[in-house]
Amino acid sequence: MAMVTLTIDGKQVTVPEGTPIIEAARTVGIDIPSLCYLKDINVIGSCRVCAVEVERAKTLQAACVTPVANGMVVHTNSPKVRAARKTVVELILSDHPFECLTCPRNLNCELQALAERLGIRTVRYEGAHREERPVDASTPAIVRDPSKCILCRRCVSVCEKIQGVYAIGPYGRGMDTVIGPAWRETMGNSSCVQCGQCVLVCPVGALYERDYTNEVWAALQDPTKHVVVQTAPATRVAIGEPLGLEPGSISTGKMVAALRALGFDKVFDTDFTADLTIMEEGSEFLERLKKGGPLPLITSCSPGWIKYMEEFYPELSENVSSCKSPQQMFGALAKTFYAEKAGIDPKDIVSVSIMPCTAKKFECNRPEMSDSGYQDVDYVLTVRELARMIKEAGLDFKNLPDEEYDAPFGIGTGAGLIFGATGGVMEAALRTVYELVTGKTLEKIDFEDVRGLTGLKKATVDVNGTEVKVAVAHTLANAKILLDKVKSGEEQFHFIEIMTCPGGCIGGGGQPIPTDTEIREKRIAAIYEGDRQLPLRKSHENPAVQELYRTFLGHPLSHKSHELLHTHYKKRPRHGTMTVKYGVTPAEEETAASNGHDT
Amino acid sequence: MSEEKQQVCECQAAYADIDRVIAENRGDPGALIQVLHYVQERLGYVPKDVQKKVAENLGVSLSEVYGVLTFYSFFRERPRGKYIISACLGTACYVRGAPDVLARLEKELGIKAGDSTDDGLFTLEVVRCLGACGLAPVITVNKDTYGRMSGDKVPALIRTYRAQAASEKVQEVAGD
Repeated sequence: MAMVTLTIDGKQVTVPEGTPIIEAARTVGIDIPSLCYLKDINVIGSCRVCAVEVERAKTLQAACVTPVANGMVVHTNSPKVRAARKTVVELILSDHPFECLTCPRNLNCELQALAERLGIRTVRYEGAHREERPVDASTPAIVRDPSKCILCRRCVSVCEKIQGVYAIGPYGRGMDTVIGPAWRETMGNSSCVQCGQCVLVCPVGALYERDYTNEVWAALQDPTKHVVVQTAPATRVAIGEPLGLEPGSISTGKMVAALRALGFDKVFDTDFTADLTIMEEGSEFLERLKKGGPLPLITSCSPGWIKYMEEFYPELSENVSSCKSPQQMFGALAKTFYAEKAGIDPKDIVSVSIMPCTAKKFECNRPEMSDSGYQDVDYVLTVRELARMIKEAGLDFKNLPDEEYDAPFGIGTGAGLIFGATGGVMEAALRTVYELVTGKTLEKIDFEDVRGLTGLKKATVDVNGTEVKVAVAHTLANAKILLDKVKSGEEQFHFIEIMTCPGGCIGGGGQPIPTDTEIREKRIAAIYEGDRQLPLRKSHENPAVQELYRTFLGHPLSHKSHELLHTHYKKRPRHGTMTVKYGVTPAEEETAASNGHDT
Repeated sequence: MSEEKQQVCECQAAYADIDRVIAENRGDPGALIQVLHYVQERLGYVPKDVQKKVAENLGVSLSEVYGVLTFYSFFRERPRGKYIISACLGTACYVRGAPDVLARLEKELGIKAGDSTDDGLFTLEVVRCLGACGLAPVITVNKDTYGRMSGDKVPALIRTYRAQAASEKVQEVAGD
């Protein structure tokens, strides 16, 4: 690798060829401010905030897209640069609503931080005041507010490159550019899978989760309602971040205490139903191995992946496990098994879940997710929403004493916990499948091959003489690569785990902002550390799960299990409801246009 | 044959040609703009169904096709109207009140400059200097020129063309 030496602010810097100035500067502790830049994902030099002076260059250069050169001399903070930077930010602010105080990104906004850092006191320009653009709340999960958009295109890059969904893009030009689905459609009508990765990368409040805290507060304050809450595996290693703790902290006990303090009648653990999922899915896998198909079995706990599959790979729906996600299995049980046990009328139960995910809000509203006779999960709150509720309640989260989950859904094994990381569902399944099939105790229960941030992971596990081939993919772009290889026959697997979000659920669209690679790695480390520390690490050893089968479900894949814990999928047309018949004559189309919502 | 029937036949022929051009550029994202040009030429605009087919065949996302389409003002999302109204905003017209005329046109037609009405009758465009500055402010409707325009004259003008279109339709039906 050729090295290049240049001077930045008087310091000599040597970095590999091709390094952009902004990264080269970081190696010597110089932080050039930026806005649209998102390393490896959005490198387009759009906002010009990172402009720097390069001696002998005609104009200021954008540090994020300008590669270093031998002998280059860069000034990142000359008067000329400072003036230009301020101008750029003022221009952005001139067309940005000054709604900070009531914006979901108040105090956690990159534009705010930039304005503060640069000491902006006046905005010398009057923007074109782009005509009012309506807020798009057409999905149950994500809200799009184009009036706050600064056109950085980070969301577009994530949706294109990381997820390969291409649900949104810029249309129009100049001041009138809008970022959204084609045909000026709403997100709810597009291919958007509601994974929320766009929300995580948006520097401002143009994209955010749909907030259900008001509904949950109302339920908590309603004395006639019995409000139960479940917490996903990935929430406990992230909830501390907006509340003063370092990324990588495990705050399970505090989270339980906080939920109880907020007024939830019962605090349950989704790790329990994760273990249950392993029992059902593990059994489903063994059945398919015996029958000879349909293989590969593909996991089904990620609702973004399910929506993606229904639209882009409906031909694989037979391969996808019929198991519901742990969230939905819990929902069905809360209003049947638990209601019975506790002697509570299920109509008075409000079932809430705390999730690292925005797509779960879409999942809980799917019409078929009501096997209990009621909507199985009433409200999904992201970790961000829970953190806001905790702040609103004035709880001193950092100093809360640890508390335990409630029975009967309070016990989770390490296998359930690792669901939160990419490769975790696979590893949990293998831990159980191996022992169920061989009858032997698994000595080494860590399947390192399926762990970590590599996009596509493969492993072969010897289960009683059968070479079981497994694959793990995270992000939908990687899922596509894997599934295309499987469809073409290039590769063959018995079992595939797909998670929509980079890093798995710990990197989900509902997690605290910021969520970057470093933070993902810390959360993953916390997950596996948590697994190591738990007394039980295999799903089939969960006594609460065993009790559930003994007293209620019977056995995995029983009739009752199928009724409550399994689901079916549907085929979705490409581009959601943005369908048109090809070859329509102009006269017909004009009638259709005036009947429809053609803008 | 009636104008409408003729239009349908032309349209079907155009679609056949478009199918051919799309097939020729299959799997080539770099050909997007050329293909859109061809469609624009044959149909006068790029309808949604064609946008989708182009996306699927050239290997680009629908978002990108729509993005390119809307970025260049040359491409049209909807067919141009029967009457193209060009409002001049050149210097002489501008200082003699052309912006007011344009605003009134936008209001009466319910569209913004650059757009076409849903009923297919009018397209409103902004142009620079028609070379009739003595008559400022000037607008043209197809081949007809209207000088000394004012906002107040707009409604009557539009009514005239609507009536003309309606009577042409009556004649057509009667002629069948």
